[in-house]
Amino acid sequence: MIGFLIRRTLQALLVLFLVSVFTLALVHLFPGGPIRSLLGPRATTQQVAFYNKQYGFDQPFYVQYLKWVGQLLHGNLGFSTKLNQSVTSLIAQDLPKTIVLVALGTVVSLLFGIPLGLYQAVKRYTTGDYVLTGISFLGYATPTFFVGLLLIEWFAIDIHLFPPFAPQGTTVVQILSQPRALVLPVIAYSFVLYALWSRYMRSSVMDNLVQDYVRTARAKGASERRVLWGHVFRNSLMSIVTLLGLSLPTLVAGAIFIEVVFNYPGMGLAFYSAALNVDYQVLLGFTLVATLATIVGNLLADVGYAVLDPRVRYS
Amino acid sequence: MAIIPPSADRSLMDTAVLPSETPEAIEGALAAAKPRSLLRRGWEVFAENRLALASLGMIVFIVLFCFVGPLVYHTDQVHTNLSETLCPPSAAHLLGCDNLGYDQLGRLMIGGQTSLEVGFAAAIVAVFIGTLYGAFSGFVGGPVDSFMMRIVDAGLSIPYIMVIIILSVVFHPDTVIMIFIIAVFYWLGVARLVRGETLSLRTREYVQAVKVLGGGRSRAVVRHIVPNAIGTIIVQTTFAIADSILILAGIGFLGLGVQPPATDWGDMLSGGLTYLQSGTNYWWLIYPAGIAIILTCIAFNFIGDALRDSFETRLQRR
Repeated sequence: MIGFLIRRTLQALLVLFLVSVFTLALVHLFPGGPIRSLLGPRATTQQVAFYNKQYGFDQPFYVQYLKWVGQLLHGNLGFSTKLNQSVTSLIAQDLPKTIVLVALGTVVSLLFGIPLGLYQAVKRYTTGDYVLTGISFLGYATPTFFVGLLLIEWFAIDIHLFPPFAPQGTTVVQILSQPRALVLPVIAYSFVLYALWSRYMRSSVMDNLVQDYVRTARAKGASERRVLWGHVFRNSLMSIVTLLGLSLPTLVAGAIFIEVVFNYPGMGLAFYSAALNVDYQVLLGFTLVATLATIVGNLLADVGYAVLDPRVRYS
Repeated sequence: MAIIPPSADRSLMDTAVLPSETPEAIEGALAAAKPRSLLRRGWEVFAENRLALASLGMIVFIVLFCFVGPLVYHTDQVHTNLSETLCPPSAAHLLGCDNLGYDQLGRLMIGGQTSLEVGFAAAIVAVFIGTLYGAFSGFVGGPVDSFMMRIVDAGLSIPYIMVIIILSVVFHPDTVIMIFIIAVFYWLGVARLVRGETLSLRTREYVQAVKVLGGGRSRAVVRHIVPNAIGTIIVQTTFAIADSILILAGIGFLGLGVQPPATDWGDMLSGGLTYLQSGTNYWWLIYPAGIAIILTCIAFNFIGDALRDSFETRLQRR
């Protein structure tokens, strides 16, 4: 187990190194370099050269990289000249709100996806299964933002049941104090995720139902209920935990679109504004944080899986 | 948008069509000796799946609608017409007009051209790169494989949508650049899958035989591994088209996609959002483009599933 942990952590560190090199390389992709994109097309060559020197962009890539990593290790992710705010404080302000959205959406989608996926597997090839399968396929093929648009049209414009905007405010408390405004964003966010979990749960349960241990349990005389909940359900849940750890990029993508559609004041919306303003420090800082979260998520998923399933450790 | 992790199940029916002892099945088994029979038998199984055939029909219809439609239904999609801003559907404009006075039905056609072109091309580029990378990595094995896969891991750890947004901001993409921006992300998943397939293929006798006969690595990969992984590759291409169309729609929706007067289905939807948020209901700005995206992507997903069943059946018959 210790060996597995060490090996897996080293791999994660190597991935982290590659990502950080890649992220810094992105800075140099901006047309004319990062300073030119900051100062605009009317800046003189001398001005650009001056700031390039000041920010160290005239140095070799590896020097820039080392300096940048040094800054990162001190918690300095850069400074947004457009917002006159450090990227770290921007994240501190917006991340909790995004976590609220992502957590609510994930929990709601799991609450529907897991039981319904199980139901589908047990009652496979019945009308109920086909209907739910159709819904999942709709979830795969529908862009998140289109779900948001439809919900706004149906529930906010046509029948005025919920507001068309997400809750506004700078703190999590303010966001949570407007639960009615949270309903549509959370439903829209959950829909696509629901499709993912329920499909996965369905195939996972179906795989487990034909395993030897299920036959053994039945042979011992365990009731069908006990086989399903005591054996199959628990083993299927395990793979959902792993999938959850691997799904962070999907969760982030969903959050960006939902936040834009509903004007939800989280990291996704801030990232989008930064994209429109070419605020590259914010873009890179946010990307790095989201990537770090993904790597940690993957690591936790792997370790969690190894804890739950001893066979993995030795492969 | 749902970009499905490679590990997730995407199958619809899970119904593998079982071979029966009909004359066709026996003929199919005999045809195994001929080259290219894999694709032909795949097609035979595919053709038995009505849902897949209907989906194929749907794709053909949408392609004709987008590419032949403008020849029949003439509209001006270059110059704005501010006297007809947001006009509701009428005989003159079957699906109304958008906020710049463009005819929506005509716009749906040219937007669809972009979506389909980018979807197909990005999928092919991504699958091509991913296949070669994955096959090479899996075939070589050892530390090289390990390092090549860590690069893939690193790429997959970056939330793809953020990279695509950044690249779109940097490059102000036209259609061609958009294709590569999407492919830059998408090949990673393909590489991982093909590598997995290669790991099992490279131990087969016929691949070993290449080595014994003095064939080089690239010959083994290109002539033996890739053709035998063709099932996975084709299925992946189909899903990749659907995903690329969704990604393009997302970027277009954010207003970072292809530059005007060009448009795509997602870009068309962003107009709808502006008016919904102001509390007015211009439904013709939302439904046509949204439904077009859904129909196209569902059709490609169904086709991908049917294709997978076809190729799996091949394995069962062996």
